[in-house]
This record gives sequence, structure tokens and C-alpha cells, in this order.
Amino acid sequence: MSAQLPASGSLGPLSRTDFVRYQGASGDMNPVHHDETFAVNAGFPAPLAVGMFTAGALNAWATDALGPENVRRTRIRWKKPCFPGTTLTFSGTVERTYDHEGETRIDVALTATDQEGDVAVFSWMTFVCP
Amino acid sequence: MVARKALGAEGESFEIDIERGKIDEFARAVHATHPHHFNGREVVIPATFLTTMFFWEKRVPGSNPWDLIKMSEERGMHAEQEYIFHGPPPKAGDRLIASSTITELYDKERRSGGTLTFVKMTTAFRDPETGHLRAEAILTGVERQ
Repeated sequence: MSAQLPASGSLGPLSRTDFVRYQGASGDMNPVHHDETFAVNAGFPAPLAVGMFTAGALNAWATDALGPENVRRTRIRWKKPCFPGTTLTFSGTVERTYDHEGETRIDVALTATDQEGDVAVFSWMTFVCP
Repeated sequence: MVARKALGAEGESFEIDIERGKIDEFARAVHATHPHHFNGREVVIPATFLTTMFFWEKRVPGSNPWDLIKMSEERGMHAEQEYIFHGPPPKAGDRLIASSTITELYDKERRSGGTLTFVKMTTAFRDPETGHLRAEAILTGVERQ
């Protein structure tokens, strides 16, 4: 298989509704992600995007292309917080194609970059090639 | 300061039912569009779906040993997250038995001065019948000292 990621993807501008929908779905109800007063008192300009939301969306961009049943691993690291209004650009490269116990696997490196050009989220994923 | 004696602590095991409605809700929330999250004979979880173990561990007191770390809310943060699948990821209708352990605790000196304390919690998700390890979640938290 020639495993292909799209050249790029985008998400946003992120909204408070995105954060609330993700919080309800995931069960993480930390108020810093939806309560304006709480977020400001904690020193943020606005509610902070849920890290697992932006990471989950970056991973979904990759699995939409490569198949959710083919995922074998994902590792996520956050670099910069996101806020309402942020637009993220997703991109990724295939780093390695190799044999693992008789099946072909690929490792991909993914980034979500904000409109200032800073990486907000890194992720490294492994897929089985069907 | 994190509670160093929590290293090695193991939570009570808890059950997770992988539900089609929850997969649908979660997939939409992360803007996933692959049809295998929504339709067909086998509805597959999104890559980060096992974070919904929040809902299931709440049902079992003592299941989350992370509480024992007592990481500061102000100086602590979620630094990394990893999911490993030993075979195809779980699908709707699967039942898993999960248990979480504090597996690592170490310090790193910052170049700018001060210390970072890293803590890792590994959650193992097993098939309740065979005991086969289906997936692992590794949470890394960091606290600035």
C-alpha cells in the first residue's frame, strides 16, 4: 500500500462550543476550558482549548486518511496552548515503513500549527498498512 | 510537591463497555469523519477515545491512583499522552477490564534552573475473558518545583 496523508488539513477557528462538546464527550469537566471567569482568574486571556481535543482532532485527521482500525500507537506532546479563535493547520510525514511480525507498518510524524506558525501539538502515530 | 511514595501504587480494576453511541459522540467532538466510527458491522474507536475511561473509573472508588500523586493544580500539567494498541483498536460491543498503576517518577533539572518532576501512569486494558492485553494508555504529568 502507498500510505498517504493529505498535504494538509485545517481546524478552526476554534470555538468555546468545540471545547464544551469535547468536554461532554470525554468526561473532563475542568472549568478552565469553559468558564470565562475561572479561566481569567487562572491567568488566561480566555478559556483554554482542551489539549486532548486538539490532539484528538490532529489524530482524527490522520485516521480519516489511513483508517481508524489500522492505528497501533499514538504519542502526543503539547507545545503551546490554544484559545478560541485559533486556527490550526495539520500536516504530517511518513517517517518510516517497516516490517513488524509479518505486517507492514508505517510511522508518521504529525504537527498542529497555529496561525502564528508555532507548533501547538506534536503527535507520532504508527499504522498497519492494510 | 508530588507524593513520591505513590510510585508503584495500583488502582482497583474497573470495567469499560465500548459503546456505539459514545464512539459517535466522541468522533464528532474531535471532528473525525471516517465512516468506520459511525456505520457498519464494526464501529471502531477514535485513536484517543480511551480517555473516556474517566466515566468508568468514577464508578469504582480507588481506581485512579493519580489522585495519590497530589500534583499541584497551579504548577502541574499534562505533558504527554500515549495510546498503544496490541492489535486492532477496540470496537463497539467490546468489554475491557482496566487497571492503572503509577509506573515512573523522576526529576529533570531545567537549564533555566529549578526542577521538573515527571510522573507516568500506565493503564492496561485487557480482555475480561482471556486476559489478553488489548491496549495501554500512558499519561505523563509534569510539575515545576
